[in-house]
Amino acid sequence: MEIKKEKNGTELTLALAGRLDAATAPELDACVKQEIAGITALTLDFSALEYIASAGLRVLLVAEKLMRKQGKMTLVHVNPNVREVLDMTGFLQFLNVEE
Amino acid sequence: MKQEEIVLDADIQNLARLNDWLDAFMALAAISSRERSQLEVAVEEIFVNIASYAYAPQTGQVVVAGKVTEDPAAIELIFMDAGRPFDPLARDDPATDVDLKDREIGGWGIFLVKKIMDEVSYRREDGKNILALRKTLLPQES
Repeated sequence: MEIKKEKNGTELTLALAGRLDAATAPELDACVKQEIAGITALTLDFSALEYIASAGLRVLLVAEKLMRKQGKMTLVHVNPNVREVLDMTGFLQFLNVEE
Repeated sequence: MKQEEIVLDADIQNLARLNDWLDAFMALAAISSRERSQLEVAVEEIFVNIASYAYAPQTGQVVVAGKVTEDPAAIELIFMDAGRPFDPLARDDPATDVDLKDREIGGWGIFLVKKIMDEVSYRREDGKNILALRKTLLPQES
Protein backbone atom coordinates (compact mmCIF):
# COMPACT_ATOMS: atom_id res chain seq x y z
CA MET A 1 0.00 0.00 0.00
CA GLU A 2 1.08 3.55 -0.73
CA ILE A 3 -0.07 6.60 1.18
CA LYS A 4 0.21 10.05 -0.39
CA LYS A 5 -0.16 12.97 2.00
CA GLU A 6 -1.39 16.42 1.07
CA LYS A 7 -1.75 19.08 3.72
CA ASN A 8 -3.41 22.41 3.30
CA GLY A 9 -3.65 24.37 6.55
CA THR A 10 -5.87 22.30 8.83
CA GLU A 11 -7.01 20.04 5.97
CA LEU A 12 -5.25 16.76 5.31
CA THR A 13 -5.85 14.30 2.47
CA LEU A 14 -4.42 10.81 2.58
CA ALA A 15 -4.67 9.07 -0.78
CA LEU A 16 -4.34 5.31 -0.42
CA ALA A 17 -3.28 3.00 -3.22
CA GLY A 18 -3.27 -0.80 -3.13
CA ARG A 19 -4.57 -3.05 -0.39
CA LEU A 20 -5.59 -2.14 3.14
CA ASP A 21 -5.10 -5.55 4.73
CA ALA A 22 -3.66 -7.00 7.93
CA ALA A 23 -0.11 -6.52 6.64
CA THR A 24 -0.55 -2.87 5.61
CA ALA A 25 -3.19 -1.49 8.02
CA PRO A 26 -0.58 -0.65 10.71
CA GLU A 27 1.05 1.81 8.24
CA LEU A 28 -2.18 3.76 7.89
CA ASP A 29 -2.78 3.66 11.64
CA ALA A 30 0.68 5.08 12.31
CA CYS A 31 0.31 7.69 9.57
CA VAL A 32 -3.05 8.94 10.87
CA LYS A 33 -1.80 9.18 14.45
CA GLN A 34 1.33 11.01 13.34
CA GLU A 35 -0.32 13.51 11.04
CA ILE A 36 -3.65 14.56 12.55
CA ALA A 37 -2.48 17.00 15.21
CA GLY A 38 -4.33 20.27 14.49
CA ILE A 39 -6.27 18.79 11.55
CA THR A 40 -10.00 19.56 11.42
CA ALA A 41 -10.79 17.92 8.06
CA LEU A 42 -9.28 14.56 7.21
CA THR A 43 -10.10 13.15 3.77
CA LEU A 44 -9.24 9.57 2.91
CA ASP A 45 -9.12 9.25 -0.86
CA PHE A 46 -9.84 5.63 -1.80
CA SER A 47 -9.70 6.07 -5.63
CA ALA A 48 -6.76 3.69 -5.92
CA LEU A 49 -7.65 1.47 -2.96
CA GLU A 50 -8.57 -1.93 -4.38
CA TYR A 51 -9.27 -3.88 -1.25
CA ILE A 52 -10.11 -3.67 2.43
CA ALA A 53 -10.35 -6.34 5.14
CA SER A 54 -11.22 -6.15 8.84
CA ALA A 55 -7.77 -4.90 9.85
CA GLY A 56 -8.50 -1.87 7.68
CA LEU A 57 -11.93 -1.41 9.23
CA ARG A 58 -10.32 -1.28 12.66
CA VAL A 59 -8.04 1.56 11.57
CA LEU A 60 -10.99 3.47 10.10
CA LEU A 61 -12.91 3.04 13.35
CA VAL A 62 -10.03 4.39 15.44
CA ALA A 63 -9.42 7.27 13.00
CA GLU A 64 -13.11 8.22 12.99
CA LYS A 65 -13.14 8.29 16.81
CA LEU A 66 -10.03 10.48 16.93
CA MET A 67 -11.34 12.86 14.26
CA ARG A 68 -14.75 13.33 15.87
CA LYS A 69 -12.96 14.98 18.79
CA GLN A 70 -11.31 17.57 16.59
CA GLY A 71 -13.22 17.79 13.30
CA LYS A 72 -14.46 15.51 10.57
CA MET A 73 -13.25 12.53 8.55
CA THR A 74 -14.56 11.86 5.05
CA LEU A 75 -13.98 8.93 2.69
CA VAL A 76 -14.09 9.72 -1.03
CA HIS A 77 -14.08 7.63 -4.24
CA VAL A 78 -14.78 4.28 -2.57
CA ASN A 79 -14.82 1.42 -5.10
CA PRO A 80 -17.67 -1.15 -5.10
CA ASN A 81 -15.67 -3.99 -3.49
CA VAL A 82 -14.48 -1.80 -0.65
CA ARG A 83 -17.95 -0.30 -0.25
CA GLU A 84 -19.46 -3.78 0.04
CA VAL A 85 -17.22 -4.60 3.03
CA LEU A 86 -18.17 -1.28 4.69
CA ASP A 87 -21.81 -2.04 3.99
CA MET A 88 -21.84 -5.66 5.25
CA THR A 89 -20.39 -4.59 8.59
CA GLY A 90 -22.62 -1.54 9.06
CA PHE A 91 -19.64 0.84 8.85
CA LEU A 92 -21.42 2.89 6.17
CA GLN A 93 -23.92 3.95 8.82
CA PHE A 94 -21.47 6.13 10.72
CA LEU A 95 -18.65 6.90 8.29
CA ASN A 96 -19.01 9.93 6.02
CA VAL A 97 -18.68 8.54 2.52
CA GLU A 98 -18.88 10.87 -0.45
CA GLU A 99 -19.19 9.81 -4.06
CA MET B 1 -13.02 -31.13 -9.81
CA LYS B 2 -9.88 -29.05 -9.45
CA GLN B 3 -7.73 -28.85 -6.35
CA GLU B 4 -4.79 -26.83 -5.11
CA GLU B 5 -2.95 -26.70 -1.82
CA ILE B 6 -0.42 -24.46 -0.11
CA VAL B 7 1.52 -24.92 3.12
CA LEU B 8 2.97 -21.85 4.77
CA ASP B 9 3.99 -20.42 8.13
CA ALA B 10 1.13 -18.76 9.98
CA ASP B 11 2.66 -15.30 9.81
CA ILE B 12 0.93 -12.14 8.61
CA GLN B 13 3.99 -11.39 6.49
CA ASN B 14 2.94 -14.40 4.36
CA LEU B 15 -0.38 -12.83 3.43
CA ALA B 16 0.88 -11.69 0.02
CA ARG B 17 2.10 -15.22 -0.76
CA LEU B 18 -1.26 -16.64 0.22
CA ASN B 19 -3.01 -14.06 -1.97
CA ASP B 20 -0.87 -15.02 -4.97
CA TRP B 21 -1.79 -18.66 -4.41
CA LEU B 22 -5.47 -17.76 -4.05
CA ASP B 23 -5.47 -15.74 -7.28
CA ALA B 24 -4.01 -18.70 -9.17
CA PHE B 25 -6.45 -21.09 -7.52
CA MET B 26 -9.50 -18.93 -8.27
CA ALA B 27 -8.45 -18.73 -11.92
CA LEU B 28 -9.52 -22.41 -12.08
CA ALA B 29 -13.14 -21.40 -11.45
CA ALA B 30 -15.72 -19.45 -13.43
CA ILE B 31 -15.99 -16.65 -10.93
CA SER B 32 -17.04 -12.98 -10.95
CA SER B 33 -14.71 -10.23 -9.81
CA ARG B 34 -17.09 -9.53 -6.93
CA GLU B 35 -16.90 -13.14 -5.72
CA ARG B 36 -13.15 -13.08 -6.17
CA SER B 37 -12.85 -10.03 -3.97
CA GLN B 38 -15.17 -11.53 -1.33
CA LEU B 39 -13.13 -14.73 -1.21
CA GLU B 40 -9.92 -12.73 -0.79
CA VAL B 41 -11.44 -11.11 2.28
CA ALA B 42 -12.63 -14.44 3.73
CA VAL B 43 -9.27 -16.13 3.20
CA GLU B 44 -7.36 -13.21 4.71
CA GLU B 45 -9.58 -13.14 7.79
CA ILE B 46 -9.14 -16.85 8.54
CA PHE B 47 -5.42 -16.75 7.89
CA VAL B 48 -4.92 -13.68 10.09
CA ASN B 49 -6.95 -15.35 12.81
CA ILE B 50 -4.73 -18.43 12.73
CA ALA B 51 -1.59 -16.27 12.53
CA SER B 52 -2.76 -14.31 15.59
CA TYR B 53 -4.01 -17.09 17.85
CA ALA B 54 -3.10 -20.64 16.86
CA TYR B 55 0.59 -20.71 17.73
CA ALA B 56 1.26 -17.32 19.34
CA PRO B 57 3.80 -16.32 20.52
CA GLN B 58 5.53 -19.00 18.45
CA THR B 59 4.59 -19.81 14.88
CA GLY B 60 3.70 -22.95 13.00
CA GLN B 61 2.29 -24.13 9.72
CA VAL B 62 -1.08 -23.70 8.07
CA VAL B 63 -2.31 -25.86 5.25
CA VAL B 64 -4.87 -24.27 2.93
CA ALA B 65 -6.59 -26.60 0.49
CA GLY B 66 -8.92 -25.30 -2.19
CA LYS B 67 -11.34 -27.20 -4.33
CA VAL B 68 -13.50 -26.04 -7.24
CA THR B 69 -16.60 -28.14 -7.78
CA GLU B 70 -18.99 -28.05 -10.72
CA ASP B 71 -22.66 -28.78 -10.50
CA PRO B 72 -23.28 -27.00 -8.29
CA ALA B 73 -20.47 -24.55 -9.01
CA ALA B 74 -18.79 -23.84 -5.72
CA ILE B 75 -15.50 -23.14 -4.04
CA GLU B 76 -14.45 -25.06 -0.95
CA LEU B 77 -11.54 -24.03 1.22
CA ILE B 78 -10.10 -25.92 4.16
CA PHE B 79 -7.68 -24.40 6.68
CA MET B 80 -5.72 -26.76 8.93
CA ASP B 81 -3.34 -25.89 11.73
CA ALA B 82 -1.84 -27.84 14.60
CA GLY B 83 -2.07 -24.98 17.08
CA ARG B 84 -4.03 -24.75 20.31
CA PRO B 85 -7.72 -25.66 20.04
CA PHE B 86 -9.59 -22.59 18.88
CA ASP B 87 -13.07 -22.33 17.41
CA PRO B 88 -13.33 -18.90 15.78
CA LEU B 89 -17.07 -19.43 15.25
CA ALA B 90 -17.78 -19.66 18.99
CA ARG B 91 -17.72 -15.90 19.48
CA ASP B 92 -20.92 -13.86 19.24
CA ASP B 93 -21.23 -11.62 16.19
CA PRO B 94 -20.63 -7.93 16.83
CA ALA B 95 -23.75 -5.77 16.45
CA THR B 96 -23.91 -3.97 13.09
CA ASP B 97 -26.69 -1.56 13.99
CA VAL B 98 -24.89 0.39 16.68
CA ASP B 99 -23.27 3.79 16.40
CA LEU B 100 -19.61 4.55 16.74
CA LYS B 101 -19.34 4.83 20.50
CA ASP B 102 -20.81 1.36 21.15
CA ARG B 103 -19.13 -0.31 18.22
CA GLU B 104 -16.81 -3.20 18.95
CA ILE B 105 -13.32 -2.85 17.61
CA GLY B 106 -12.79 -6.57 16.98
CA GLY B 107 -14.76 -9.52 15.72
CA TRP B 108 -15.41 -8.11 12.24
CA GLY B 109 -13.15 -10.54 10.43
CA ILE B 110 -15.05 -13.71 11.32
CA PHE B 111 -18.30 -11.81 10.91
CA LEU B 112 -17.31 -11.02 7.32
CA VAL B 113 -16.37 -14.65 6.69
CA LYS B 114 -19.82 -15.79 7.83
CA LYS B 115 -21.49 -13.17 5.62
CA ILE B 116 -19.43 -14.01 2.55
CA MET B 117 -19.44 -17.81 2.71
CA ASP B 118 -22.51 -20.03 2.50
CA GLU B 119 -21.16 -22.60 4.94
CA VAL B 120 -18.50 -22.35 7.63
CA SER B 121 -17.74 -25.18 10.02
CA TYR B 122 -15.09 -25.91 12.62
CA ARG B 123 -13.87 -29.21 13.98
CA ARG B 124 -10.96 -30.41 16.09
CA GLU B 125 -9.50 -33.62 14.73
CA ASP B 126 -6.21 -35.46 15.43
CA GLY B 127 -4.80 -32.45 17.26
CA LYS B 128 -5.67 -30.12 14.40
CA ASN B 129 -8.04 -27.19 13.99
CA ILE B 130 -9.96 -27.69 10.77
CA LEU B 131 -12.06 -24.88 9.38
CA ALA B 132 -14.06 -25.64 6.25
CA LEU B 133 -15.61 -22.91 4.09
CA ARG B 134 -17.88 -23.21 1.12
CA LYS B 135 -19.29 -20.65 -1.28
CA THR B 136 -21.69 -21.38 -4.10
CA LEU B 137 -20.79 -19.45 -7.24
CA LEU B 138 -23.31 -17.62 -9.39
CA PRO B 139 -23.52 -18.78 -13.00
CA GLN B 140 -21.16 -16.82 -15.26
CA GLU B 141 -21.90 -15.74 -18.81
CA SER B 142 -19.40 -17.51 -20.97
